[in-house]
Amino acid sequence: MKSFTYEKADSLTAAVTDVSPTTRFIAGGTNLLDLMKLQVETPAKLVDISRLPLGDIEEMEGAGLRIGALVPNSDLAADPRVIARYEVLSRALLAGASGQLRNKATTGGNLLQRTRCYYFYDPSTACNKRAPGSGCSAMAGFNRILAILGTSDHCIATHPGDMPVAMRALDATIVTLKPDGDKRRISIHDFYRLPGDTPDVETVLERGELITHVELPAPPEGARQLYRKVRDRASYAFALVSVAGVVTMADGKIASAALAFGGLGPMPWRDEAVEAALVGQVPSDAVFGAAADALLKEAKGFGSNDFKIPLTRRTLIACLRDLTGAK
Amino acid sequence: MKFTINGQSYDADPDVRTSVLDLLREHVGLTGSKKGCDHGQCGACTVLINGRRVNSCLTLAVMHQDDEITTIEGLGTPEDLHPMQAAFVAHDGYQCGYCTPGQICSAVGMLDEAKKGWASHVSDDLTTSDLSNEEISERMSGNICRCAAYSNIVDAIRDVAGADA
Repeated sequence: MKSFTYEKADSLTAAVTDVSPTTRFIAGGTNLLDLMKLQVETPAKLVDISRLPLGDIEEMEGAGLRIGALVPNSDLAADPRVIARYEVLSRALLAGASGQLRNKATTGGNLLQRTRCYYFYDPSTACNKRAPGSGCSAMAGFNRILAILGTSDHCIATHPGDMPVAMRALDATIVTLKPDGDKRRISIHDFYRLPGDTPDVETVLERGELITHVELPAPPEGARQLYRKVRDRASYAFALVSVAGVVTMADGKIASAALAFGGLGPMPWRDEAVEAALVGQVPSDAVFGAAADALLKEAKGFGSNDFKIPLTRRTLIACLRDLTGAK
Repeated sequence: MKFTINGQSYDADPDVRTSVLDLLREHVGLTGSKKGCDHGQCGACTVLINGRRVNSCLTLAVMHQDDEITTIEGLGTPEDLHPMQAAFVAHDGYQCGYCTPGQICSAVGMLDEAKKGWASHVSDDLTTSDLSNEEISERMSGNICRCAAYSNIVDAIRDVAGADA
């Protein structure tokens, strides 16, 4: 690990004063330190935000919840309000990582988790995300776990998270504090960026901008919620495909559908066309198949991840059967 | 820097890059916590920080000067074993023993989580935390045993969980 200077922030204002590109915030550190050991990340300075007062979950007006950026994954998953109103979020959190990691990993950090692309982690290989302009070793390499949607000629990495997938289905808002003292509210739908020709830039966050909270609006009344994760082993593995679903029914028809996907793209994926294919329809495998067609219209495999295309179709259809009560 | 480990105060001056695991093993001489992968994948380094199980390889010592760190050495002694240590001996929950300190610290933290009512990925109902074998396996998935003593590890943990209930 390269050496760095360490500073413990004693206030929010103090935490956001440094806008140097080589400064990183550290809280749980479970991903950042891993990357620093491999010298994929080589920050000159760490600002320790772990003791800032961002560890609470509060009620918002209108039955929403405001989650502090430092709430650990374990605590968020176990919160009775999250379990009662946002089961999809609790399920997604519990499907991720291990007990030890969930105890340390935070809400804000989880949103910013880096890809687990093997080549991103291996500085001896080409990777446009790690070393812009160096190329992509993954496209013609081992890409079993990598993306089929939203890729570019420069990068096929997947976002590895589970929690952010549920948050995307729940229309979360990310609240930040900027170095100039301004607060910003960013819809999770606008938070992540497609790789394009700058795969090293993953979010719309500016230098020095700190995530302080995540806000969840009240879920739709009477919604069925589900998180299904398909992976290479039953526990402690990243998703090949995951689905977060929030669906309501009325008069035997699908009244609303929010579906987000993990393991498929460079960000937690959501596509309005999928939901448009479902809303107003009487549930059937034909309707679910049309939703899968919409999702996978532009899907592109790179060899060893080709299987994700049929796997996604089958997983989505199975989830929609559960969410709508269709047989 | 001052650290509180197993209820005792220690002075140490580790480099800023030092993990809690390296602090324990290299600076304080507590070698019970083991370094397996050093990347949070194997669980051999599991300790309790303020009572919660974490991977000590994936957190910096400098960040834990105000915390209570508990290692396998702090749970029990050869003369006075912690119930989880005794259960691992009784059920032969190991072969080579390298993962055992991490398994035991993790199991102690895990039972505390279950006592708080925390559910897991395999819980049908997220408001309950009954510990079936399947539940124990899921909750312990962050601890790898390359000798595959898993069935005896689960037996040992279930034994202590039952005694707790």
